[in-house]
Amino acid sequence: MNTTTDNSGDVRLTQIGKRYGAFTAVHPLDLTVPQGSFFALLGASGCGKTTTLRMIAGLEEPSQGTVHLGDQDVTHLPPYKRPVNTVFQSYALFPHLDIFENVAFGLRRRGIKSVKKQVEEMLDLVQLGEQARKKPHQLSGGQQQRVAVARALINHPKVLLLDEPLGALDLKLRRQMQLELKRIQTEVGITFVHVTHDQEEAMTMADTVAVMNAGRVEQLGSPADLYENPRTTFVANFLGTSNFIEADVDFKSGDEIVLNAGGGKLFLPTARCSAQAAAGGKVLVGVRPEKIALAHADDAGEIPEGRNRITGRIADSSFIGVSTQYVIDSPVCSGFEVYAQNVDRDPRLTPGAEVVLHWNPAHTFGLDATQAIDAGVESVEEDAA
Amino acid sequence: MSAATEAPPPLAPTAPETRPPRKRGRLTPYWLLLPGILWLVVFFALPLVYQASTSVQTGSLEQGYKVTWHFATYWDALSEYWPQFVRSVLYAASATILCLLLGYPLAYLIAFRAGRWRNLIMILVIAPFFTSFLIRTLAWKTILADGGPVVGALNTLHVLDVTNWLGWTAGDRVLATPLAVVCGLTYNFLPFMILPLYTSLERIDGRLHEAAGDLYARPWTTFRKVTFPLSMPGVVSGTLLTFIPAAGDYVNADLLGSTDTRMVGNVIQSQFLRILDYPTAAALSFILMAAILAMVTVYIRRSGTEDLV
Amino acid sequence: MPFVNWLKRRLVVIAGLITLGYLLLPNVVVTVFSFNKPKGRFNYEWQQFSTDAWKDPCGVAGMCGSLSLSLQIAVWATLGATVLGTMIAFALVRYRFRARGAVNSLIFLPMAMPEVVMAASLLTLFLNMGAQLGFWTILIAHIMFCLSFVVTAVKARVMSMDPRLEQAAQDLYAGPLQTFLRVTLPIAAPGIAAGALLAFALSFDDFIITNFNAGSTVTFPMFVWGSAQRGTPVQINVIGTAMFVVAVLFVLTSMAISNRRNKQKA
Repeated sequence: MNTTTDNSGDVRLTQIGKRYGAFTAVHPLDLTVPQGSFFALLGASGCGKTTTLRMIAGLEEPSQGTVHLGDQDVTHLPPYKRPVNTVFQSYALFPHLDIFENVAFGLRRRGIKSVKKQVEEMLDLVQLGEQARKKPHQLSGGQQQRVAVARALINHPKVLLLDEPLGALDLKLRRQMQLELKRIQTEVGITFVHVTHDQEEAMTMADTVAVMNAGRVEQLGSPADLYENPRTTFVANFLGTSNFIEADVDFKSGDEIVLNAGGGKLFLPTARCSAQAAAGGKVLVGVRPEKIALAHADDAGEIPEGRNRITGRIADSSFIGVSTQYVIDSPVCSGFEVYAQNVDRDPRLTPGAEVVLHWNPAHTFGLDATQAIDAGVESVEEDAA
Repeated sequence: MSAATEAPPPLAPTAPETRPPRKRGRLTPYWLLLPGILWLVVFFALPLVYQASTSVQTGSLEQGYKVTWHFATYWDALSEYWPQFVRSVLYAASATILCLLLGYPLAYLIAFRAGRWRNLIMILVIAPFFTSFLIRTLAWKTILADGGPVVGALNTLHVLDVTNWLGWTAGDRVLATPLAVVCGLTYNFLPFMILPLYTSLERIDGRLHEAAGDLYARPWTTFRKVTFPLSMPGVVSGTLLTFIPAAGDYVNADLLGSTDTRMVGNVIQSQFLRILDYPTAAALSFILMAAILAMVTVYIRRSGTEDLV
Repeated sequence: MPFVNWLKRRLVVIAGLITLGYLLLPNVVVTVFSFNKPKGRFNYEWQQFSTDAWKDPCGVAGMCGSLSLSLQIAVWATLGATVLGTMIAFALVRYRFRARGAVNSLIFLPMAMPEVVMAASLLTLFLNMGAQLGFWTILIAHIMFCLSFVVTAVKARVMSMDPRLEQAAQDLYAGPLQTFLRVTLPIAAPGIAAGALLAFALSFDDFIITNFNAGSTVTFPMFVWGSAQRGTPVQINVIGTAMFVVAVLFVLTSMAISNRRNKQKA
């Protein structure tokens, strides 16, 4: 695809914000989505991600700021004049039109007379050629979803906006459609902006993810970057699971910060600490459950030097096939989660056993201690339900 | 209305628009409302004002009427026509209760028991609407004719003895008695009871019946504790849709009744169209309106379904 | 007691069918008496079978004229009330505006008012304005009382409509007018049709309001009313029967068509 020099599919939001009376849905934010990328806006319901998307679509007028597509200012263009199409939440297929007419709708509105060939090709692309004369309610959820995508893509928009496009599908179909959408995006090379509350969905599909919370972008980056280097507890908790220890800064030595927690020492690479870590201050030390190794207290001596370690007692363990998930109570942190691969299972690691947790300091991240430790935890559970 | 005709939207980048944000359709709702609301204001609300003014006028048809704030008309009208008022309320109330008793089983039947007959029965309930109600009301003259099979059967079963004792009928006649009028009112407004009842019954999830049965409720208890309470919105709107028109009706009393069954509607009609005593007619009409609005308000409050309207 | 149990289980069905019989009995009588050959001026007692009236349905002076007048008024009243009522319904569902409560009351009140009150007060207005009673006053009155019913029917349909459908149309390059014509109107159509049908039935069959505001103009219900005083021709029953049959056939065919369509598509 020859799109590298073309920037007409860039989406540029400049200080864009939306207020409803006294309520601020989206705080002024700057965001650039480069041409051809798959961009995800991730957040819990009510975080402003859909409002942001609708401002790009033109369905919502921003209270301030501007929207640019490439070099064109579209801030005040109505939706029907924007070269942008949307895949709506629960699809919004026109119930009174059949599949063919649904897909042909955009072409016809732009005054294109011979739509047959294009529509048929598009329906074949989404494997719905057979269903052209059916009404939307006669299709399954997955088929309706593909019609919605076809209906938007046939217009060759500069940007395709997807508002929770997979929310109504069951888990298996959702996984399948994620790959399908990713394939289509690579094939057509159009900029996709995808709104979702499902962190796994965002990470599987998107090149770049913006995590939104309470009308603000908390952090922006590639899925791996967000996962490995979360800069707020919200991001750390919303994407996957994190364990946090509140620790006192002892001193800095070179590119390492030495911390005190419950009498033990923990090491944190300076580069991985997003907080101001002055000696005597506090820092939240975070580590992902799968980075941690578990050793029985009797084997504590065998743990290599230079690893972060804390002690505790197994409170609960659940076997889930590929791994075993442990909950460990430790003096520095209760409810520490550890995911251990089931390679060599130590039979002594049962609830009640005294253990030592240890991990490579390079996997530690440090966050500002003034924020809530459990930010982003509740909302994940709510949305998953 | 904003932008009525749009040329095919230009998709190629156009000159950036620098207009300030449009106030999209701020005035649209008012334009949409204007003609219809104007119609109602001029031909529904304004006439009520005229009527109120007419009711306090004095004068004569020849010399013209003037507003003299003659409130005595109200008192005179009430003291002369209170029997007709009482009769209207009684007849309308009886008809409403009869409609509820007759209509509920049929609505229930259509909603839960009709199966594949549902549509057909629905049609049969609605179809009479399309035959002029006056023709159908006249048919009751034949059905209730003196010495006809219906009256004969009622006589044989000694039903007429009971109704005579109650004062609903007189002698061997049903026609030209209160019973005939109530019977006609019931008949005429029965569909207005059945349709709202059906609508609210149909919304009830059939599994609720099963759940009630599962929780040891007998059918009758299930009805009392689950079905009937859930159908209350239908009962309320059905009784209103029956009572209000029945209370103002004069067709049934005229066609099926006698001078002893005249209702307030008959009085208003004859005062207005025959006797041409406009102030009295206007006063009566105003009293009827006020009485019904008051009753309806109290009724809706009591039944706790204000959100119905 | 098997019989008592049988009866108990079918009590509702039996009661319901009795009501249905009560509802349909007059129609049966109307039909049967359309084949009567009465002796006097009134067609209340059965004399002998005859198809005279069916052979000459317009044989009564003024009846068919009144019928055609009623149809005309009903068509225009339906058109007027449907257009005005649909506009109000859309405004109520789709927009926020001041005085919403007042508008709602103004819509509700005509339905909560005995017809005779509306009829009498409208006549006072017409008399005060010195208006000539006739076709136009009847039409004005009919549009007035049908309006609320149309609003209610259309409102229910528009309220259940997903606003995202209109947004999707806008997103797919349909301007406001296109969106309305291609998406909003077709989807709201069943509600509008229901409102229109109701308006037609109400207007065509209206007597009380017409009686007050018709002057010397005679609609079909007015004709029937007058004949109840002067003498009821058998032709009235012919018209009544025909209307019933046409209505039932109309509903049955439209249902059959929609059934077939669904089957074909499925």
